[in-house]
Amino acid sequence: MENLPRILSVLGDGLPETVIATLGGIVLTIVLSFGAGLLLLSPWRVVRGVTRVYVEGFRGTSEVVQLFWIYFVLPVLVGYQLVPLVAGIAVLGLNHGAYGAEIVRGAIRSVPRAQYEGAIALSLSPAQRMRRVILPQALVEMLPPLNNLFIQLLKSSSILALITVPEVTRQAREVLIPNFGDDTFLIFGVVFVVYLLLAAVITAIMRWIERWAARRLGRRPVRQRKVLEEVAV
Amino acid sequence: MPLWDWSYAFSILPDLLLALVTTIEITVLGSVVALLLGLVIAVLRRARIPVLDQVLWAFVELVRSTPLLVQVFFLFFALPRFGIELSAFVIGVLALGVHYATYTSEVYRAGIDAVPQGQWEAATALSLPRSRVWTGVVLPQAIPRVLPALGNYVISMFKEVPLLLAIGVVEVVNEARELGSETFRYVEPYTIAGVLFLLLSYPASLLVRRLERRRVSA
Repeated sequence: MENLPRILSVLGDGLPETVIATLGGIVLTIVLSFGAGLLLLSPWRVVRGVTRVYVEGFRGTSEVVQLFWIYFVLPVLVGYQLVPLVAGIAVLGLNHGAYGAEIVRGAIRSVPRAQYEGAIALSLSPAQRMRRVILPQALVEMLPPLNNLFIQLLKSSSILALITVPEVTRQAREVLIPNFGDDTFLIFGVVFVVYLLLAAVITAIMRWIERWAARRLGRRPVRQRKVLEEVAV
Repeated sequence: MPLWDWSYAFSILPDLLLALVTTIEITVLGSVVALLLGLVIAVLRRARIPVLDQVLWAFVELVRSTPLLVQVFFLFFALPRFGIELSAFVIGVLALGVHYATYTSEVYRAGIDAVPQGQWEAATALSLPRSRVWTGVVLPQAIPRVLPALGNYVISMFKEVPLLLAIGVVEVVNEARELGSETFRYVEPYTIAGVLFLLLSYPASLLVRRLERRRVSA
């Protein structure tokens, strides 16, 4: 127990890297989810096809392979080496964006057909229809699964340890275990708590956004556990 | 030197395929652990035994909310301190199995909750013993319903096996890394590794989707 302060300070050094990787990954995930999710609903076959290749390509391979590919193979092909943290954020975003695209597509598709018809009857332009009528309703549907996706992303950020990003997991493995081998349980106990707390923060923020989005529609937020739909594979 | 060398690619293919077999072995064994342990957790939690119920809840939440890689390291470094010396392969199977058991336990729970209350009442009215209620009435209705979700988790476990390279398990990606370090050519090994994953997991996910649709239309 007397090593606790030093353990905390070493893990504290890794915390910003974990937080930056997770936040960066989440931002990229949101952009790609909406971009690819909307393209999956495009009327043009070619656009849908190309987007499908992205989505299935990233959902069908291992995240570790994607990480190693971008970090070790891409530089050989394009002659430009990414900083580990940037490569990591790119993979977290690209990978989870592919899952998020399906969430966005499903949520938009779940908006009742009458809503489209009503918007057309009011002679809203296609862009207005999407922005004013469809997306606000779809947003409420997609927030709970996106919460799960972001927590998955937080957990995945630990694989950045494999390409030398000094985030929490790597600090524990490379700095603490070799130096404080007797405190294995304490070290991992603290690491587990760090990830639990970060996950709790994500959930708290997402709940707040869920309430805001539901209020905007004049609805009360309903939150049921949809375990079967949580399965993001 | 060309960016992609076909003769090199073919020369490393057998080694990668061999490592792929290891990956599949770990997936199959891990799935057995996950599917059985998850069912045990779900059934035990349904019994709502005080203390045990809270312990199981805390365990499931802890394992579900923290990274698999950290859990892998934890087992790798903590088990020897109890005098338990296991190979990296076995630790990998255990870590994946227990991690995914917490996911599958939630899936089973959803399936069990979806069995109509009347089925429980009828089973009680017939005064079936507790074990028969589970094996004869509830589970045969609950499990088929959740098969697609369980299938998805098996596929996603397959894709997480490469994490075990961190403790020295020689699965596909680790093999690719070793092959690459011999020749300093990484393009072919990592690309082939990615393609191998896609070749297996994409058809598998199509299969699961078909199963899903069949259940919806049935």
